[in-house]
Amino acid sequence: MITVEGLTRKYGSFTAVDDVSFVCQPGRVTGFLGPNGAGKTTTMRVMVGLTPPTAGRVTIGGHLYNDIPNPGRHVGVLLDASAQHAGRTGREILELGARTMGLPSTRIDEMLELVSLTPAESKRRLRNYSLGMKQRLGIAHALLGDPSVLILDEPANGLDPAGIRWMRGLLKGYAERGGTVLLSSHLLNEVELIADEMILIGHGRIVAQGDKKTLLAGATHTAATLVTALDNEALAAALSARGLTVAPAGEGLRVDAEPVEVGRTAAENSIVLVDLRAAEGALEDLFLELTSDTQREEVA
Amino acid sequence: MSAGAPAPAAGLGHALDLSSTQPIPFARLVRVELRKSYDTRAGFWLLLSIGLLVLAAEVIALAVTTVQDEAMQFGDFVGTAAFLTSFLLPVLGIMVLTSEWSQRTAMVTFALDPRRPLVIAAKALVGVILTLATVAVSIAIGAVCNLLYGAIEGHTDWTFGFPDFVAFTITQVLAMLGGFALAALFLNTAAAIVVYFVYKWVLPGLFAVGAGLIGWFSDLRPWIDFQVAQEAIWDWSGSGRDWAQLVISGFVWLGVPLVWGIWRVLRAEVK
Repeated sequence: MITVEGLTRKYGSFTAVDDVSFVCQPGRVTGFLGPNGAGKTTTMRVMVGLTPPTAGRVTIGGHLYNDIPNPGRHVGVLLDASAQHAGRTGREILELGARTMGLPSTRIDEMLELVSLTPAESKRRLRNYSLGMKQRLGIAHALLGDPSVLILDEPANGLDPAGIRWMRGLLKGYAERGGTVLLSSHLLNEVELIADEMILIGHGRIVAQGDKKTLLAGATHTAATLVTALDNEALAAALSARGLTVAPAGEGLRVDAEPVEVGRTAAENSIVLVDLRAAEGALEDLFLELTSDTQREEVA
Repeated sequence: MSAGAPAPAAGLGHALDLSSTQPIPFARLVRVELRKSYDTRAGFWLLLSIGLLVLAAEVIALAVTTVQDEAMQFGDFVGTAAFLTSFLLPVLGIMVLTSEWSQRTAMVTFALDPRRPLVIAAKALVGVILTLATVAVSIAIGAVCNLLYGAIEGHTDWTFGFPDFVAFTITQVLAMLGGFALAALFLNTAAAIVVYFVYKWVLPGLFAVGAGLIGWFSDLRPWIDFQVAQEAIWDWSGSGRDWAQLVISGFVWLGVPLVWGIWRVLRAEVK
């Protein structure tokens, strides 16, 4: 469990992190989401003792990171997959980590296999790695010591879609076994796919937190639903009768309402649905809206 | 947390149980840091070139002296090597520390062990170990050269007293630590090397000029000229004043940069 209490970090007159508090629960993947420069990395750096906080504190399982003996055995950290010596091979980087933590070198082979780096790839020097391979190596490094807490900064950055799916499976499995996972991203789609819980940060402040449902429910935002029925015309008529705006979209309909309301209308009218979901982008709209005053680009 | 989040199961362990985890032993830190010094091409070639230069210097000394029938002692061979290694060992001391910053691995190193003073001490000790290895290699090659000299010239002189050996070892370690101290201060390989060579080559000239022109400076100079003060180690001087000058000038050139640099590293945000 990671507990962030009233964390503030100032650089001169600039406040990078402004009174941030949140908790990452064991058994869940917590996504830390915000635009570039929102304070995600600074918060994570304070967590692992690399940056001293101006005020507030972070504890991991009740301890300050710097008080944890051999912390690699308890907390897996990946802050920057490129922050490794470019001249070392992937295997050598894991070797140094394993030796520091006092682990047998069989652990290195296990981790390489876990992140699908082949023996040939592990003998290449880091400068010849793609960003995706560096991320896999970084995950392997973070998991070396079999920690119960994972702190990952932008781990999905540079991964291809198959890689993101792989990471989702890996982190969900890890959380299901009781692990605590905090991962950051500036890409909503990544976090949406992987995280159970989301913390939205903008301008160094937390603007919203909760799971996807809670976030959408709490937004003052017109929900939209995509729905396809066996009889679209009958459904459109039933929805219009309830005063909802309906428009054709692809093979189905787009309705300006929550999915639950559309489903209820269908059920009441005994209309068979083949597809019902929140319109894509609902969360994205919310994200942009919540962080709009901190975005570098004007939101259209 | 959110209302939607289920309460974590009891006994899932919110607190980390640290009771069975031992801190990383210092010896293990030293072993890992030693491995880091040679597991990259830059580090490997620096160490290898120190060895090759020592070999080349002593072999050239052997060739020249036997061709010209000059008298040569065991200590002369080692001294030739010492002259060259006194340039390379500071670079070694610098790279042991700065490569962590230029390659940004300090982030990983300090995340794996946040006890920064211990990590830095381990690195300094690695510098000392490698310096002692260089000394051993210089002496071994020197012994072989002296044997060959004896075989060619028909006479050998094994003069290389214990005081010389000790002085040689100490001055080499001090040279390496001089680089290490500047590395801690600048945390940048190029800057540390440049400043070291200014200190090594330009400063003695300035000191000499200053001492020649300014009366009070010639009195001050022995107390701040660390390189001249180190002669007390070679002379095995009995004068308390000489040793005091060594300590004071050493404090200026080793102590101050080292303490200031380490203080910086301990407080620095590691990026």
